[in-house]
Amino acid sequence: MTFRMNRRSLMAGAAATAFSARSMAQAQQPINVKIGVLNDRSGLYADLTGEGSVIAARMAVEDFRAAANGINVQIVSADHQNKPDVGANIARQWYDNDAVDVITDVPTSSVGLAVNQITREKNRIHLNSGSATSDLTGAQCSPNTIHWTYDTYMLSQGTGGAMVKAGGDTWFFLTADYAFGHALERDTTAVVQRAGGRVLGGVRTPFPGTDFSSFLLQAQASRAKVIGLANAGGDTVNSIKQAAEFGITAGGQKLAGLLVFVVDVHALGLQTAQGLVLTETFYWDLNDNTRAWSRRFGAQRNGFMPTMVQAGVYSSTLHYLKAVAATKSKDPAQVMAWMKANGTDDPLFGQGTIRQDGRKIHPAYLFEVKKPSESKGPWDYYKLLATIPGEEAFRPLNAGVCPLVRA
Amino acid sequence: MFELLGIPPQALFGQLLLGLINGSFYAILSLGLAVIFGLLNIINFTHGAQYMMGAFIAWMLLNWAGVGYWPALLLAPIIAGISGVIIERTLLKRLYHLDHLYGLLLTFGLALIIQGLFRNQFGSSGLPYQIPAELRGGQNLGFMFLPNYRAWVVVASLVVCLATWFVIEKTRLGAYLRAATENPTLTQAFGINVPLLITLTYGFGVGLAAFAGVLAAPIYSVNPNMGADLIIVVFAVVVIGGMGSILGAIVTGFGLGLIEGLTKVFYPEASATVIFIIMAIVLLVKPAGLFGRAA
Repeated sequence: MTFRMNRRSLMAGAAATAFSARSMAQAQQPINVKIGVLNDRSGLYADLTGEGSVIAARMAVEDFRAAANGINVQIVSADHQNKPDVGANIARQWYDNDAVDVITDVPTSSVGLAVNQITREKNRIHLNSGSATSDLTGAQCSPNTIHWTYDTYMLSQGTGGAMVKAGGDTWFFLTADYAFGHALERDTTAVVQRAGGRVLGGVRTPFPGTDFSSFLLQAQASRAKVIGLANAGGDTVNSIKQAAEFGITAGGQKLAGLLVFVVDVHALGLQTAQGLVLTETFYWDLNDNTRAWSRRFGAQRNGFMPTMVQAGVYSSTLHYLKAVAATKSKDPAQVMAWMKANGTDDPLFGQGTIRQDGRKIHPAYLFEVKKPSESKGPWDYYKLLATIPGEEAFRPLNAGVCPLVRA
Repeated sequence: MFELLGIPPQALFGQLLLGLINGSFYAILSLGLAVIFGLLNIINFTHGAQYMMGAFIAWMLLNWAGVGYWPALLLAPIIAGISGVIIERTLLKRLYHLDHLYGLLLTFGLALIIQGLFRNQFGSSGLPYQIPAELRGGQNLGFMFLPNYRAWVVVASLVVCLATWFVIEKTRLGAYLRAATENPTLTQAFGINVPLLITLTYGFGVGLAAFAGVLAAPIYSVNPNMGADLIIVVFAVVVIGGMGSILGAIVTGFGLGLIEGLTKVFYPEASATVIFIIMAIVLLVKPAGLFGRAA
């Protein structure tokens, strides 16, 4: 069993306990909250979630001054190895034996959906930042889950919509063969067809993969104008690298990286990644607030800049702590009601709202990866093409078949 | 124009060629494993990590020392080989009289440690490494666009595989090696330094893995898990070819690359499993492997 508890966070928890013991006499009984950061700590998503998300959660606790607000926070973390069975086991263990109140992050849609289910069963709270599937607020929506940072609908709306608008009306998909890839392909197909485009074909690639050249050649043979990469992390890096190698981009076909994170661009290098269009809801270099926060983050993370997933863990943890402080309770129903009734406000995503179906609404940004000559320094990778308002970026409330909405 | 099962012949040739390219990686890696198993009787689970080290050493040479691809192709295997020699001298040599399982566990543990160290230092999403300028671009073969770099990978790995086979099967040094495999005690009695031979063989096997790593760096994502994803397949290749068989490792490496390439056309979803299905069948029909001798 790969169950790891972060020693530093344990010590922080112990320190917080000691501190609050002193202040207990003057204030009322503090509320003990245990937050579990469940993600990939060793595999292909470890850089975009992993320890960085734990750091982000810890920064939220610091910034909220939880102890002074009468909340003792303890953060635990574990590695789900991108396997639904492993993730489900850890979630059960956390809820049943370790009194964990909230599970955050959880990348890899198949694992996210499993934790979503278990959280509902055990009546706790799941603040998902890492998963992409829009089913979390669609067919499988739950009163106990908030889907925070992004989803497949938003990605396809942003990148897919922009590509079709620019004339890319025929598509071929390279799809990672699991829940996430399927959802992303489905949502993008809808966007393409709605805009009058056609999908000529696609191939389901085993996850995770190393060599995508065979699939890329099939995409090339389809003569589609756009090759949609419905994959993530190392799969995307390998596909883009090999598409350049096989002269696919030079031959006039365009790549649509439907889910590309800033760490993927870092791994590709600007030479290979330049010109790629992508959609994110957060970038470290958006404004003074994001820059200041990201520098603090980078100082604890080997100079790595935060991804939108890690930013989402910060933002969601902060909003949760506000809810606990305001309701003076950690009862899931009360806390969820407060979180949905009150707008969110933080330095990373600005102001936002949480919908009835659990969808967090904030703007999305369409970026283009800079040319090496345009980049002024390390991690200077994106230029902003367009800002998509939250109401347009995410699926309309009534279009998602979430049973909670009709109720 | 004829079509085979709905696939135009052009596409088929293209996929076969790609299969051959992937097969080159399988061949070099399984060759290293076979050489090590043949002489040391160690199932070297660190092989994937050593392949990854090769790619990272090439990256470090470039970014920290300004040493380019071509020197790295020689230097990275030597550096990794030296690390292999140290591992053999300090750890592996204590295990030769024990069951296979101990060697497997030790090397597996080492692989996890090495991967963990690299992940801590470099993160998991990988590092960029460009194709050397001389090998950019490609040839239009009519049925497909063949990047020059991929053609180079096939040539380089064929040369290395054949050279290794030649040294082991046709030279005096190879004869010593084979003698030491067959009967170490007797070979030593003839005045041949068997422990030294074993150490160098392990270093050489590790060097082969690192060589494959450098070859892979410009086309695959250079990340700490790159070897872990590949090593399981390579083990299957070795098992199918017959543990310890040099020729078996080379032929099966290329052959399975081809089969995998075909699967990617006809049923892509199964392309990650087809090699294991073949492994299961071979183990049932010919437990010693296609080229192996029954024990």
